[in-house]
Amino acid sequence: MVVLKNGVPQPNEWVRVADDAPLPEGAKAIVSLERWQAERDTLRQRNAAIGVSLKSDQSPLQLADDLDHLSLVALEFPKFTDGRAFSYARVLRDRLGYRGEIRAFGQVLRDQYLFMLRVGIDTIEPPTEKRVEGYAEALREFSVFYQPTNDDRETALRLRHGLNRPAESAAA
Amino acid sequence: MYRYDQFDATFVRERTEQFRGQVARRLAGELTEEEFRPLRLKNGLYLQLHAYMLRVAIPYGELSSTQMRKLAFIARRYDKGYGHFTTRQNIQYNWPRLDDVPDVLAHLAEVEMHAIQTSGNCIRNVTADHLAGVTPDEVDDPRVWGEIIRQWSTLHPEFSYLPRKFKIAVIGTETDRAAMRTHDIGLKIVRNDAGEMGFAFYTGGGQGRTPIIGPLVKAFVAPEDLLSYLDATLRVYNMHGRRDNIYKARIKILVQSLGAEEFGRQVEEEWLRIKDTVLKLPDAEVARIRSYFAPPAYERLPAYIPEFEAKKSADPDFGRWVRANTDVHKVDGYIAVSISLKPVGAAPGDMTADQMDVVADLSDAYSFGEIRVTHRQNLVLPNVRKQDLFDLWTKLKAASLAEPNIGFVSDIIACPGLDYCNLANARSIPVAQRLSRRFSDPKRLSDIGELRLNISGCINACGHHHVGHIGILGVDKKGEEFYQVTLGGSSAEDISIGKILGPAFSYDQITDAIETVIDTYLDQRTGPAERFIDTYRRIGIEPFKEKVYGGSKERRPAAE
Repeated sequence: MVVLKNGVPQPNEWVRVADDAPLPEGAKAIVSLERWQAERDTLRQRNAAIGVSLKSDQSPLQLADDLDHLSLVALEFPKFTDGRAFSYARVLRDRLGYRGEIRAFGQVLRDQYLFMLRVGIDTIEPPTEKRVEGYAEALREFSVFYQPTNDDRETALRLRHGLNRPAESAAA
Repeated sequence: MYRYDQFDATFVRERTEQFRGQVARRLAGELTEEEFRPLRLKNGLYLQLHAYMLRVAIPYGELSSTQMRKLAFIARRYDKGYGHFTTRQNIQYNWPRLDDVPDVLAHLAEVEMHAIQTSGNCIRNVTADHLAGVTPDEVDDPRVWGEIIRQWSTLHPEFSYLPRKFKIAVIGTETDRAAMRTHDIGLKIVRNDAGEMGFAFYTGGGQGRTPIIGPLVKAFVAPEDLLSYLDATLRVYNMHGRRDNIYKARIKILVQSLGAEEFGRQVEEEWLRIKDTVLKLPDAEVARIRSYFAPPAYERLPAYIPEFEAKKSADPDFGRWVRANTDVHKVDGYIAVSISLKPVGAAPGDMTADQMDVVADLSDAYSFGEIRVTHRQNLVLPNVRKQDLFDLWTKLKAASLAEPNIGFVSDIIACPGLDYCNLANARSIPVAQRLSRRFSDPKRLSDIGELRLNISGCINACGHHHVGHIGILGVDKKGEEFYQVTLGGSSAEDISIGKILGPAFSYDQITDAIETVIDTYLDQRTGPAERFIDTYRRIGIEPFKEKVYGGSKERRPAAE
């Protein structure tokens, strides 16, 4: 399986590990929030990177004190119509100041991909039956953006008034 | 009015091409219907009983004559020669073909229009007072803020997959002509104690099966904080609004379950973190947008125009139309003219392409080329010289557009109902048509006076029945259409939710029942100055019940 970063397929270096399965030695592993909370102390000690995946009813605020230890937070879109994770990504970036990788998985469709990048999601795991080229096409569909968010796309408002966005992230 | 700059124009073109691609992928089978559905809805395209329906956005209800001519062109070329104006100040076409829709959108883009977010679980096209900018005593012009909200909400990356639809309305006066508190967010432009302009947020109002009057959640938000406070409100809703039950997914349910105070606290907490970020609205952008809404080149005219006053008494029909269909203008010598889209026996809000062209021409001749759509499904020419009014009326009459019934019982709001809509339980339009024929005499109408009658064909309440002085709700009883009557609702600044009168009426009984309600009012009122709603509030529902149901619980037979 590939993941997409800025529309470009990349090998997936991360393994999502079931709650009852052993962690693969030396590999980057994603565990559930429940497992992370139960095994936090041992998981923090492992040599390879660790990530936590959140279901769409699990707020990232539950990870507020753990983010320094996490190289990745994965957000689930159980159905593409469930848009909670768009806000979770912004909470992770803006409110919690998270700088690690944010990944989307589940029913992540091409027509949402640009929105995902704009709220701070870095990588997605597209459903296997979907044409991955379409996701790159989706990123070329717009050149004008109205909302200031977490990405480096300039908004129409700032371009109109010659305001240069600071190089740092928009987070206060 | 607002004009697109290069950014807006490029954006709408790109959006049109994106939709063209989505339609092509759907037709090629690359998108399932389930996946395509939210995409087409966010471009205003519904699948209804008989065909697709395309809902075109008219942001804050303002149209130019050029745009109106384009709407006429689309009605002729892609529909059956007419369009339907809605309670959200938009226009609907009931017969477009799916593969034509990208071309329709391209035509709209040529005149700076689109169908973005007129449906779907996203922030819908923003509405406003239809007298914005011309009514006296306005704190500020709602169109300026409507446009700022339009741009902020357009393809918002975080808020395009909300639990449910999200509607925002803006007013700038004490008088509420936009049913502001029936919206997910109602914004009232106010002044604080220091005399500064800002926004009162009424959050969590709504109609549907659970009508709720939006509570005041924050009394004052400064203009520079408008977008950050909106963002904070939507974020709390997006994360915590219910997604397990479509009927409990609107923000009103969240606000009710938390309580307005706790909801406001959560928004405040989020807002304080983001208010001093890039969301702060620069004065320069407000000034740029405001410049588009600068007043047109009004002439200096006297407030009293003798020949106009003389015509009103010389021609009683003209006088009656002026009394019913005009509103005071802030500039002396001018008047705001309502064009009723409720002629006797017609479908409320419908307009032919030829009539659209007539209104476009008349707006050029008499109203600086500007037209408004009202939430009561009528049109307004906002800037007419009083001295031109008789000529305008004569020309409107020739186009069957001079019905003198604005605000009267035949100025009915009605949803499309079972004639078009696959959600409806009952027909709305034929009920409106029968009532409009029953109350067709202009003298009788003006004697009855202000009376808001709203009809919904199902509990979703698109026809605003909860907030009609008289509301009619279509229900299905074992496959037969029945109509439940509510009394005492209002969507204005005296907002209230109507109370159910009693058992529902059949299709053949409903017109008589409404007439009995109105006759009861006429018997009971203290005088012509006491409106229906005032009488109702004074005497309550019982006297109406007694008359309509004859003192017993049995319904009067239809033939009576």
